[in-house]
Amino acid sequence: MEQLINLKETELCLGLPGGPDPVETPTKSCLRNKRGFSEIVELKLGLHSTKEGSVDLNVAGAPKEKTLHKDPSKPPAKAQVVGWPPVRNYRKSVMTHQKCSEVEEASSDRGGGTVAFVKVSMDGAPYLRKVDLKMYKSYKELSDALAKMFSSFTMGSYGAQGMIDFMNESKVMDLVNSSDYVPSYEDKDGDWMLVGDVPWPMFIESCKRLRIMKGSEAIGLAPRAMQKCKNRF
Amino acid sequence: MAEEEDLSEMTNDVERHLKLDPPKPSSSPPCPSHVLENVLENVLKFLTTRRDRNAVSLVSRSWHHVEAQTRFEVFIGNCYSLSPARLTRRFTRVRSLFLKGKPRFADFNLMPPDWGAQFAPWVAATARAYPWLEKVSLKRMFVSDDDLALLAVSFPGFKELVLLCCEGFGTSGVAVVANKCRQLKVLDLIESEVTDDEVDWISCFPEGETHLESLSFDCVESPINFKALEGLVVRSPCLKKLRTNRFVSLEELHTLMVRAPQLTSLGTGAFSSTHDGAQGEQEPDYASAFRACRSLVCLSGFRELTAEYLPAISPVCANLTSLNFSYANISPDVFKPIIRNCHNIRVFWALDSICDEGLQAVAETCKELRELRIFPFDPSEDSEGPVSGLGLQAISEGCKKLESILYFCQRMTNVAVTAMSENCPQLTVFRLCIMGRHRPDHVTGKPMDDGFGAIVKNCKKLTRLAVSGLLTDQAFSLIGEYGKLIRTLSVAFAGDSDMGLRYILEGCPKLEKLEIRDSPFGDVGLRSGMHRYNDMRFVWMSSCRLSRGACRDIAHTLPSVVVEAFGSDDDDDDDDEDDNADYVETLYMYRSLDGPRKDAPKFVTIL
Repeated sequence: MEQLINLKETELCLGLPGGPDPVETPTKSCLRNKRGFSEIVELKLGLHSTKEGSVDLNVAGAPKEKTLHKDPSKPPAKAQVVGWPPVRNYRKSVMTHQKCSEVEEASSDRGGGTVAFVKVSMDGAPYLRKVDLKMYKSYKELSDALAKMFSSFTMGSYGAQGMIDFMNESKVMDLVNSSDYVPSYEDKDGDWMLVGDVPWPMFIESCKRLRIMKGSEAIGLAPRAMQKCKNRF
Repeated sequence: MAEEEDLSEMTNDVERHLKLDPPKPSSSPPCPSHVLENVLENVLKFLTTRRDRNAVSLVSRSWHHVEAQTRFEVFIGNCYSLSPARLTRRFTRVRSLFLKGKPRFADFNLMPPDWGAQFAPWVAATARAYPWLEKVSLKRMFVSDDDLALLAVSFPGFKELVLLCCEGFGTSGVAVVANKCRQLKVLDLIESEVTDDEVDWISCFPEGETHLESLSFDCVESPINFKALEGLVVRSPCLKKLRTNRFVSLEELHTLMVRAPQLTSLGTGAFSSTHDGAQGEQEPDYASAFRACRSLVCLSGFRELTAEYLPAISPVCANLTSLNFSYANISPDVFKPIIRNCHNIRVFWALDSICDEGLQAVAETCKELRELRIFPFDPSEDSEGPVSGLGLQAISEGCKKLESILYFCQRMTNVAVTAMSENCPQLTVFRLCIMGRHRPDHVTGKPMDDGFGAIVKNCKKLTRLAVSGLLTDQAFSLIGEYGKLIRTLSVAFAGDSDMGLRYILEGCPKLEKLEIRDSPFGDVGLRSGMHRYNDMRFVWMSSCRLSRGACRDIAHTLPSVVVEAFGSDDDDDDDDEDDNADYVETLYMYRSLDGPRKDAPKFVTIL
């Protein structure tokens, strides 16, 4: 029971189950250790650490433990553990949907917040696709992926190459007589902009939807894009 | 519902018997002519169960060969236990394939995405080898639109596609299947994630009469073209099972029912009306539509239920053998009048919102009940918990023919669990989920050892067990000793020490599938099962106390077991070793005839 007094032992961190393994430094151990059985029981008794706890949530996969860092003055809440109780995501999302009166599809249960899916449509293609923008680090990577995705649909000799070229800002003004495909996107303000407009990180944040349109239709976009650019600087 | 569970309960997977090397020529007398093989072939066609077929294939070389030629249905419980090439080499005339991919704990976010279980290599191999393939059932596999497209064009006689808990495809892939598979009888999408590609896939079914017998799309979260659906139903005279999604309203459902009174199984969409009384139009007579469906025996759906419409199903209640209310938040008052008529129910799924009171009503009426599943309306540890040991005990006293139960609750007693073990001797599946971790008997404060002990002692036919609540090693000692037929065991947040795991691995002679999470079992426990792992389908252990060294030992000692290790901290492993890089967050190991897989992602280490 002396563990009750030792706050360090009750720190919220990931620790090897079952008790006092030798711990090098608090920060390091917090990243690697799993919570022990005894520590879980203590947590249930309402003991909280005041330390902020450097819980490192995995980016690629589901976070193993999402601990709730509550103010000690509030009533103790149980730490939510991933995948418990064992109810399938599908069922959970159906129940959540039914509980909310107004449903705005939130990100899926699968480790959310780390994906940025946007719909991609291409003029003339029979159906649209979805891409996760966070998978790419540059416009080049994105355009390669889009080219691959829609390569079966492009007609004419330009095809994928044409798309890559139009990611290049300097070619924007060459649109006028072009019949190539041009990627455009809808930003947070609801405006349709040409892709390639803004630095990549800003693009990921603001892009809500992609549309690969025929070059001839994209002409109207260019002036607005330029205007927005000017306004930013 | 989960009919596939029957298949998974059958013993002796294909791969265990694919271990046979080509027999040496001297091992059997030479077959005098092809006559014997032809005769054998005609006899073996009558053997359908996997158990029988596996036994037959071991008799002699010629029997092995003939059996392989006449096996039309193949079940593969773990897609990584053998390669597609091995399958097509041995079995030459497969018409039906059932493949399972990810292990069950993947359903609960315990496995990182992109782990594997791709259908792609399988569809490629079978497209070449089995042009007459008719049926494919997949569970927890990653299936892309391209895979579906290849399937649709490769098998001209393709009849049945069942996708359970799958992902990776969208309505565009479904559209291709609908359009190209002209002999299609069954298209069942069940609890799968289907992306909305904004394709009107219902309209992609070809014109003219279809062969459709079953169409399930309740998991497709996108609107459908109702007119096209209605037209499809009208030209599908063989249609017996229809499960619509929540975008089909009650009025639309009424139209479908009027068009297809021959339905035996119906999954409703949204069971609420957008009817505006002020318009002066008569609301459709839902009860009479149900009454007209004289063959209806299975009802499900009931999304977005408006309770006042529920009595419309009353005319069919007496005929129902299967009722799924598990997406409907129904209170006991609304529920009881309905269930009172359901004397023939054998399978019943519901939410705990029906309370112990509702379960009491089930116990009083449903004397034919074989399978019960009670899901939590609020799946968290702190919720109210409207069902308890009282409901469980009532069911056990009223439904003596019970064979399978899945029960989520917040509080339970050993007395109730013991009562069930004594009242329901036919139980083969007992899965109790006490949602609060480590929660003891709420009346006595003792661990739940006695209750689960009674289950394994009294339920002599038990093949599947899931435990929960506060459990000591003693519980596992009882499970190991008395669980003689148990094939699947699920453990979470239970046990005290390695002894718990040892009891299981040194007992439970028929154990094939073991899944454990967050329990204090370590290397000693793991090593104690060395003699068993070759005979098991898989072992999953996450958030236990395993070290890389022990896992590596297993891998070295048992070359036909693939040992995978992965976890949430792998991202940070670029830097130098620290003490706990030795810790294995998740161990997933399984027997395999073809060694480690080549498609493992970066975060998976195959030891």
